[in-house]
Amino acid sequence: MTALKPVLKITDLHKQYDQLKVIQGLSLEVKKGQVLVVIGPSGCGKSTLLRCINGLEPIQSGDIELNGDSITSGRARWNLVRQKIGMVFQSYDLFPHMNVMENILLGPLKAQGRKRPEAEAEAEALLDRVGLLDRKNSYPRQLSGGQKQRVAIVRALCMNPEIMLFDEVTASLDPEMVREVLDVILGLAERGMTMIIVTHEMAFARAVADKIIFMDQGVIVESAPPEQFFEQPVSERARKFLNIFHFDGVKKEETHNVENN
Amino acid sequence: MLDSALSLFLQGRNFARLMEGLWVTLEISAVSVLLSMVLGILVGLMMISRNPWVRTPPRFYLEFIRVIPILVLLYLFYYFPARNWDLNLDAKVVAVLVFTLWGAAEMADLVRGALTSMPVHQRESGRAVGLTEVQINRYIIIPQAVRRLIPGVINLTTRMIKTTPFIFFINVPELTKVGQQIVEVAGMRNYLASFWVYGFIFFLYFIICYPISLFSLYLEKKWSN
Repeated sequence: MTALKPVLKITDLHKQYDQLKVIQGLSLEVKKGQVLVVIGPSGCGKSTLLRCINGLEPIQSGDIELNGDSITSGRARWNLVRQKIGMVFQSYDLFPHMNVMENILLGPLKAQGRKRPEAEAEAEALLDRVGLLDRKNSYPRQLSGGQKQRVAIVRALCMNPEIMLFDEVTASLDPEMVREVLDVILGLAERGMTMIIVTHEMAFARAVADKIIFMDQGVIVESAPPEQFFEQPVSERARKFLNIFHFDGVKKEETHNVENN
Repeated sequence: MLDSALSLFLQGRNFARLMEGLWVTLEISAVSVLLSMVLGILVGLMMISRNPWVRTPPRFYLEFIRVIPILVLLYLFYYFPARNWDLNLDAKVVAVLVFTLWGAAEMADLVRGALTSMPVHQRESGRAVGLTEVQINRYIIIPQAVRRLIPGVINLTTRMIKTTPFIFFINVPELTKVGQQIVEVAGMRNYLASFWVYGFIFFLYFIICYPISLFSLYLEKKWSN
């Protein structure tokens, strides 16, 4: 069955900045249509992991395969590999001197050498899907944070990537804009897009993930389906991490008890 | 009163001489500004090199040019080679040389600033959509750098134009020098001479520099979208 063939396979990945070991022997597989959500404390290496997959960071050892081809061997041409890997960053980096449509078409036209009418039709369909077709001639500065991030997602999607990487894409958004961006990603999951998502939105992680990867200090501590991970985390570190998101209600009449503890 | 102006400008070759002076000013400004742009871009790119051997010399050059008055540089290049090496450089050549040295240094710093202020994520986003480094520079980095450069470049250009009167100290007959000569001769008989001549020169500098400022405003408006 083709569904079992991994789109992305990482084997024993090591990454360090000078002396600081950020990723220490990480292995994982993403199958076609699978949604992996990577969570963990700050500095655990989750963003670095995404940047390594997209070749934005050199790695020290290990192997990354995309559809069975190694992309870490010296022969890999990163600009071609990246056309198959869509990435959306935390700081929605649209190109400020181009309008929405030009932003989206830059990759398809210049990197992929596609024809404008066909690429533009696809871009319009995608913009329509995220509810921004009427903004196609707007410039980034005329858009809200949530709108910019949706355009950034469309820009990555328009390259028809094999896999999408999301690096804390809602972390710098106002709360009321987080939802519109997460809804777009949920929509992608429904359509069977293969994705690796780094996020701090736990409710969203639970809703969208096929599998939760919990990272700490550069290694995968726990890897489980979302229900299992959030209900019965196996590791002590995962339990501690999840407790951060859990607030015990402290009511006035209980103040007395709390002080005694 | 207008008679005094008319008689002044119509007398002898006065008006023609002013126009010749204007031409010298324009000639030296234009050549210096163009050379400064080209050299400044090259030196600016050297300044952001990762290699310290490439990066450091332009820094010294920039600091050197900044602390030395233009007039001192003009005298240095005009008199020093002549006295010591018997090398008589044409005053106009010295003028272009010194103004280019100054302009290129300032231009280089503008280029450096425009490029280093570019968020690193712009380049990464370009990579993420599969562009090559050459394409990233062409479609993303350079267009934005040019937009950031325009106000500074326009400012530098007008500053260079209005600093050209210094070259009369090395005897280049540029606009202001010609004006001064005319006033010296006519001033004895015509007490309004300095008013008319310098007023006219003011007007000439204005009609050179003002369109440049307008052009800058136009570009800023066009690109502000």
